[in-house]
Amino acid sequence: MSEITTRDSGATPDHGHGTPDGVDPEDLARPLYEGPGALPAADIPHRPRRSDFDPKAARRAERQVAALFVLSMLMFILFCVGYIAIDPTTAVYIPTFGEVGAQNFVLGLTLGLGIFCIGAGAIQWAKKLMPDVEVVQERHPLTSIKHETVEAADQYERGKEESGFAQYRIIRRTLIGAMALLPIPALILLRDLWTSKDGGFGPSPTELLSTTAWVEGMPIVTDGTYQKLRPEDIPVGGLVSALPEDIMEIQEEEHNLNARGKAAIILVRMEPGEIRAQQGDGWDYQGILAYSKICTHVGCPIALYEHRTHHLLCPCHQSTFDLADAGNVVFGPAARRMPQLPIGVNEAGFLVARAPFAEPVGPSFWERG
Amino acid sequence: MSTTEKIGGSVAAYVDDRVGSNRFLTRSLKKVFPDHWSFMLGEITLYSFIVVLLSGVFLTLFYKPSMVEVIYDGSYVPLKGVMMSEAYASTLNISFDVRGGLLIRQMHHWAALIFIAAMSVHMFRVFFTGAFRKPREFNWVIGIALITLGLGAGFSGYSLPDDLLSGTGLQIARGIVQAIPIVGTWGAFLLFDGEFPGTEFISRLYGVHILLIPGLILALITVHLMMVWTQKHTQFPGPGRTNTNVVGYPLMPIYMAKAGGFFFVVFGVIILISGLVTINPIWIFGPYTPDQVSAGSQPDWYIGWLDGALRLMPNVETVLFGYTISWNVFIPSVIVPGIVFTVAAFYPFIEAWATGDKRDHNLLDRPRNAPTRTAIGVMAITFYLLLFIGGGNDIIAITFDLSINSIIWFLRIAIFVVPPIAFVVTRRICLALQRRDREKLLHGYESGRILRLPHGEFIEVHEPLPAKERAVLESAIESYRAPLPAPAKLDANGVRNKFYRLQILRSKLSHWYYADDIKPPTREEIEAGQAHVAHDAALEAPLHDYEETHFVNVPFHGGILHEQGAPMTNKQQLEARGGNL
Repeated sequence: MSEITTRDSGATPDHGHGTPDGVDPEDLARPLYEGPGALPAADIPHRPRRSDFDPKAARRAERQVAALFVLSMLMFILFCVGYIAIDPTTAVYIPTFGEVGAQNFVLGLTLGLGIFCIGAGAIQWAKKLMPDVEVVQERHPLTSIKHETVEAADQYERGKEESGFAQYRIIRRTLIGAMALLPIPALILLRDLWTSKDGGFGPSPTELLSTTAWVEGMPIVTDGTYQKLRPEDIPVGGLVSALPEDIMEIQEEEHNLNARGKAAIILVRMEPGEIRAQQGDGWDYQGILAYSKICTHVGCPIALYEHRTHHLLCPCHQSTFDLADAGNVVFGPAARRMPQLPIGVNEAGFLVARAPFAEPVGPSFWERG
Repeated sequence: MSTTEKIGGSVAAYVDDRVGSNRFLTRSLKKVFPDHWSFMLGEITLYSFIVVLLSGVFLTLFYKPSMVEVIYDGSYVPLKGVMMSEAYASTLNISFDVRGGLLIRQMHHWAALIFIAAMSVHMFRVFFTGAFRKPREFNWVIGIALITLGLGAGFSGYSLPDDLLSGTGLQIARGIVQAIPIVGTWGAFLLFDGEFPGTEFISRLYGVHILLIPGLILALITVHLMMVWTQKHTQFPGPGRTNTNVVGYPLMPIYMAKAGGFFFVVFGVIILISGLVTINPIWIFGPYTPDQVSAGSQPDWYIGWLDGALRLMPNVETVLFGYTISWNVFIPSVIVPGIVFTVAAFYPFIEAWATGDKRDHNLLDRPRNAPTRTAIGVMAITFYLLLFIGGGNDIIAITFDLSINSIIWFLRIAIFVVPPIAFVVTRRICLALQRRDREKLLHGYESGRILRLPHGEFIEVHEPLPAKERAVLESAIESYRAPLPAPAKLDANGVRNKFYRLQILRSKLSHWYYADDIKPPTREEIEAGQAHVAHDAALEAPLHDYEETHFVNVPFHGGILHEQGAPMTNKQQLEARGGNL
C-alpha cells in the first residue's frame, strides 16, 4: 500500500524548478497529486463481516448475487411473454390494489422486479464481497494558489489593455448601446403569439373579456342536450346548467371553446318571496334566476348549489355566493359577485336572455375597472 | 493477461491518446464518497429524473399535442364517439391501445412525483445539516432553481393530457396570469393565443414541457453534480472524520456498485408502483370543456400549498384610477411563492452575513448544534404544511365532517401563529439536547447501576462514551460559534464608524442565532471528564471479577459474531491480514 505523495513541511519540495518568486510557501506544502494505488484506511473501529473470514459465507453471498441476476433475466423473459400473450383489455382483481389491467400489472411486476433485482444484486455484491473498509482522502483547498490569482489578474489586465476597452470610449459606448437594443427584437417577436383573425387590429382583450354570446332575445338551452327551456322545466330548488342557443354554431365557426367558456350560465329557481336582492329590478322570471357559471375568482365553473341556503360553492377554492342576495360573495377568496343575466320568456314561451351581461364574467383583470 | 483485458487496455489507450482520459481516471476512480442514508435522497432525485426522461421520450412517440377536436374511436368503450381534443384522445390511446403504454405513462407520473418529493426532502437535509454553507452556497442556489423548475415541469406535464382536471388547472393558471397588474391581461392573451381555452396552448406548453424545462434541469443538474465532484461531498461527524478529510468508500468499485445498484433499485421500485397503483386515471375525468368541473378538484401534491394559499387569502380587490388589482389572487399565487423562493435562494448568504462565519464547512452540523437555523427550517415546514392542509380543505371538511368556513378561518389565523410557536419549541428542544450532550461529554452516560462504596456513599456508575458517540458529540465544538461582539461607534483613532447601524443589525442577528447556544466543553475538559468517569466505573471492577468467576462466565454463541473487547480498527485489521483489504 503506498502513501499519498505530499509535500509535508520539513520535507524538501521536489518539483525540480526551485521556488519561483512570489510563491506562497504554504502553497508548496499542499499535495500536488495523489500517488497511484490505494488510499490509507481510516483508523476507525471496524468489524469484519462473516464473508471476510468464512469462505462458506463468501460463497453463499456469491450464490445470492448470481441468483438475483438470474431472477432478473427470468423476469425480462416473462415481460415479453406478458406483452404478447395477455389481452390488454382484461382486468384482474389484486387484493389491496383493487381492479387493475392484467397486462399493466404483469408488465409492471416483471419489468419492475427484473430491474430491481439487478440493483439488489449489485448492492449485495458490494456489501458482502467488496472491501468494506472505509478509506481517507484529504480535501484540498478550493481557493486558487496565490501566484495563479496574480497571474490571472495580470492576464486580464493585459487583455483589457490590448483590447483598448478603456481607451476607445466611443467603441465602448456604442457597443453598450447595441447590446441594450438587442432584447427589443427578441421581445417584439413574441407579439404575434396572439393575433385576431383579420390579421391584427381586432377587438382588444378588454372588449373580448367584456362580451359574451348572450344578446337580447337569445333562447336559453340546456348544457348537454341543447333543448330550449320552458319555465316549468325548472322546479323550485333545482339547478340547470345552460348555454345560449347558438353555442354550437359559434363553436363550429370559431373552431374553439372560447364562447362556451364565457357564456356558460346556471339557472336556479326559488320562491319569488325568497329572493332578497337582484342585480337589476325584475331580472328573474317567476323566481328563476340566471347567473354566470364562471367563478369571479380564477374562473372555475361552479355547479355546487345548496338549495336551502341558496349558496353556490366553487369546487376549486370554496368561494361561496348567495344567489338569493344578488349573487354576492358570502365567503371565500372571490372578491366580486357572480354576474346576473336578466331573463324572460319569448312569445313561444321559452326562456330567453333579456339583455347581455351587464359586467364582464369570469376572473378579474387589470383593465376591468 | 486475458484477451478481454488486452482489448480493454487498447481501448483505454486509444481513447486516452485522443482525450487524455487516463489522467482523469487515475484521480477519479479512487475518489472517496462518504456514506450516510440521507445522502441517498439526492440520488433518488437524480435517478427518478432519469426515469422521467426515459419514460417521457417513449410518451412523445404516441402523444399528439393538439387541441383539434376529434371523435374518439379507441378501445375505451365509455368514451366512444365523444368529441375531444387530439391531446386527450392520444393520451387515451397510450393508456388503452399501446401495450405497456399505461405502464410508461404511470411511470412518468410516479417518477415525477417522486422526483419532486425526493428533491424537497433532499433540500431539507441539506438545510438542517448546514451543507449549504461555504463553499457550497452556489450549489444551494442551483438547487432552489431546480426545485422551481421541477414545479414548472410537473405543472406543465399535468396539463398536457387535456382531461377535465388538467383543464381546470389551466383555467386557474390563466386566472392567476390575468391577475398580474398591468401586463397580466395581455400576458394571458399572448400565452393562450386569445381567450381561454383557445386552440394553441397545449402545443405551446408541450414545447416548454419536453424541451425548455428538461433542458434547463439537465444543464443545472450537470453543474450541480460537477460542483459536488469538485468540492467533494460533505460528511457527518464521526471517528476519524475532520473538516479537511473525506472518509468513505472509493468510487471504484464500492461506490459505483452501490450507487449504480441503487439506480436500478429506484427504477425497479418506480415500475412496480406504476404496475400496481393507478395514478391520474384521466379516462374517469373525461375530456376538457370550460363549463364543467368535478367536485373535489385537487392539483398534484406539490402544487397543493400554492392552491392552499389561494384558498386562504381573504377576498381583497381594489380599483385604482379605473384599474383593477386582484390582491386576492396576486398575493397568494405570485407574491407568496416569489418571496418563499427568493428567501430560500438567498438563505446561505443571509446566514453567513448575520453570523460572520467565513470558514469552510465540510463537516455537517447536527441540527441541534444550530438551534436557530433548525428552528427556522421547522418554521418553514410548518408554514408549508398549513398551506398544504389549506389546499385540501374540502377533502378534510368532508372526511372529518367539519365546516369548510371554520377550517379556512382556523388556517387564516394559524398561518401567522403556529409557525412562530414551532420556531420557539424547536429551538428549546435543540438547546435541551445541547445541554444533554454537554452533560454526556463531561460525565459519560448513566449506566443505571447504583454502587455502594465501602464508606457507605451511593453513586450511580457512569460509563465512558463509546468512541463513535464521543466523536459525534464532540462535533459540537466545531459547530459552536460565539455571537459577534457589539460594534464600536468610534474606532481606535476616534473616527466615526460609517457602518455602525449595519453592524448593530448584524451583531443583533448574530446574537439571535448564537447567544443562547450551550457552549460545549473544551477537549481538555472532555478528556478530564471521561477519565473521571472511567475511574468511577473502575470502582465497580472488583464486582465484575466476582460475577465473572462465579456466575457470568458463560460463553455466548447467539449472534453472528461475538468478540471480546472493542472491535479492531481498520488499521489493526490490515496489519493482521498483511495489508490486504
